[in-house]
Amino acid sequence: MTSLTRFKRNAAVATLASLSMGLAVSCTPSSPDVATSPAAGGDAASPAAGSGGTVTLSGAGASFPAPLYQRWFADYNKQNPNTQISYQSVGSGAGVEQFQAGTVDFGASDAPLKAADKETFKAKYGAEPIQVPMTGGSVVFAYNLDGVDELKLSRDAYCGIVEGKITTWNDPAIAAANSGATLPSSPINFVHRSDGSGTTYAFTNHLKAACPGWTAGVNKSVEWPVGTGAKGNEGVTAQIQQTPGAIGYTEFSYAKENGLTMAAIENASGKIIAPTPEAGAAAFEGETVPADFALQVPDSKNPEAYPISTLTWLLLYPEYKDAAKRDALNSVITWSLTDGKAAANDLGYIPVDTALATKVKDQVATIK
Amino acid sequence: MTLQTIAHSETLIESSQKFNPVRLVDRIFYWVTVAMAIAIGVILLWITWSLLSIAFPAIAKFNIGFLFSTSWNPVQDSFGALPQITGTIVSSIIALLFAVPLGVGVAVFLSENFLPSKLQTPLAFVVELLAAVPSVVYGMWGIFVLVPFILPGLQTIHNLFGWFPLFSTAPSTRQMFATALVLAIMILPTIIAISRDSLLSVSPQLRQGAYGLGATRWETLVQVIVPSALSGIIGSVMLALGRALGETMAAAMLIGNSNRISASLFAPASTISAMIANQFAEASGLQKSSLFYLALVLMVLTLVVNVLAEIIVSKFQQVE
Repeated sequence: MTSLTRFKRNAAVATLASLSMGLAVSCTPSSPDVATSPAAGGDAASPAAGSGGTVTLSGAGASFPAPLYQRWFADYNKQNPNTQISYQSVGSGAGVEQFQAGTVDFGASDAPLKAADKETFKAKYGAEPIQVPMTGGSVVFAYNLDGVDELKLSRDAYCGIVEGKITTWNDPAIAAANSGATLPSSPINFVHRSDGSGTTYAFTNHLKAACPGWTAGVNKSVEWPVGTGAKGNEGVTAQIQQTPGAIGYTEFSYAKENGLTMAAIENASGKIIAPTPEAGAAAFEGETVPADFALQVPDSKNPEAYPISTLTWLLLYPEYKDAAKRDALNSVITWSLTDGKAAANDLGYIPVDTALATKVKDQVATIK
Repeated sequence: MTLQTIAHSETLIESSQKFNPVRLVDRIFYWVTVAMAIAIGVILLWITWSLLSIAFPAIAKFNIGFLFSTSWNPVQDSFGALPQITGTIVSSIIALLFAVPLGVGVAVFLSENFLPSKLQTPLAFVVELLAAVPSVVYGMWGIFVLVPFILPGLQTIHNLFGWFPLFSTAPSTRQMFATALVLAIMILPTIIAISRDSLLSVSPQLRQGAYGLGATRWETLVQVIVPSALSGIIGSVMLALGRALGETMAAAMLIGNSNRISASLFAPASTISAMIANQFAEASGLQKSSLFYLALVLMVLTLVVNVLAEIIVSKFQQVE
């Protein structure tokens, strides 16, 4: 009797042990090949590796380009069923962190890597991380104002709104650019992001360049002088739609998708430009791209440019132990920058232009 | 009589100890339960320790001043949590102001025989179902249903009593008052369910005694039944307060996340848990440790509430 109980107990322990082993094993393929080598470790390790060259890539990071990445990776998978790519839009900060920790195959960030991040990476992996721009996007002012369909905001007007100096819609600074429109005397409800976000980074990056009175600095989250905070693009959108007299910033693709009314704003040359992908792309025309692709144009000098436009980057390891993963990454990036352009235009993102795309492809080709 | 029973059961235990297999199972069970009990304590200590260790840079830099500073500036790495702490406490207290009278009232109603039991049981069940609604649903409902519904009323209050500091700003679509209302609804089931149980467990002799002395039903209720169930009722209120303090999703969606302290209930505000939920994903360095510091503050707040509850409840039990 006793021995039987003991036997059962041992069996249970054995089952538990094998279960946890199984868990450990199944976790392995998701870690990058730089740190570990699941390909060498594994008969049972990754069923994917054995069966006819199926490659699974996992990435995490920026939420700004997430709709486009998800669309790209799904479309790519339709054409190349052997490559499966999963992307978690956990935010740029978490993306960089997971990339540093080596728990993903690629990271994504709305801001270029900081010098400190590069140092940490170099210390751990012995080489510079690779960052390549994948797409661009504009940040727009979306608003809710009955009877005003084409709001034009001069620099004085939008700087004053975000700094809290302009508080009513019929302020002379707003009225000056909107002759003909009837502006109410109601208060302006400014809506900003309450969570840390690449959208906020791009937006404040522009404000710092364009508004002399902007003192809150540039970051993924800042101390706002005015307004209420909402979580995510969807939160800002809901709050604008619900509040008459509200104005806030969201990414262009999001505002377009949700049918928000967007304001045209004055650029560095004094021209009032409505947000379109073409005007957004114009912001990058004629700019020289640095060697690490960290091109930021906080306030484009191009007279045709919509001034709040930014790029977003993929973070790649300089070396992948699994050649299949490296080739798949290379192929999906090349595909996204060429065949993927249509999808980018569709969703309201700014495709990377051909010259820059060629440079990106050359850079990706150097990955070992 | 009682002595005999004990003696008898002792011999039973003794005889059962000779029966080996059962004893083994018993011992395994004993050790498993001991391990689980210890694990709970260890996990709590572990969480506290990790919070402390990650929060340490912020604690070292800002010290106690963190609790009294109103600046939350990730650009200059200067952090303070006064708006969040006051927002958390104020929203919870307003929620209690609404939920306690309503909750205790409903509990009394459902524990008396005002209704036939055919109606009473389903009604009590529906109340408990309120507790099963996920908080994100409460948040959505607050944004899209409750706020548009109460906004005209709040506007009227502002127009009439705008001179009073509590109503001094035009009602925003994200605000302290609406958040507190939703919190009140969320904590109602806790108050009702536990208060009702403790009201039902008041011994019928007390009631009969009160009637026997010539008390009316209301006198019995107010002077006998509710006071003798008071420890349970206060316990329920403290549990509810704990939930209101820690509520994250609904608060983050409704409160407006503005880093300012306003006397007006109609202005946006912020709470500790909403702040953590909002900023955690993109935080790093000192901002991250400040968020952990904030979590620690919330933990201490909840701990204080629970300890207070224990003290009050035990005091009232002594009175009984």
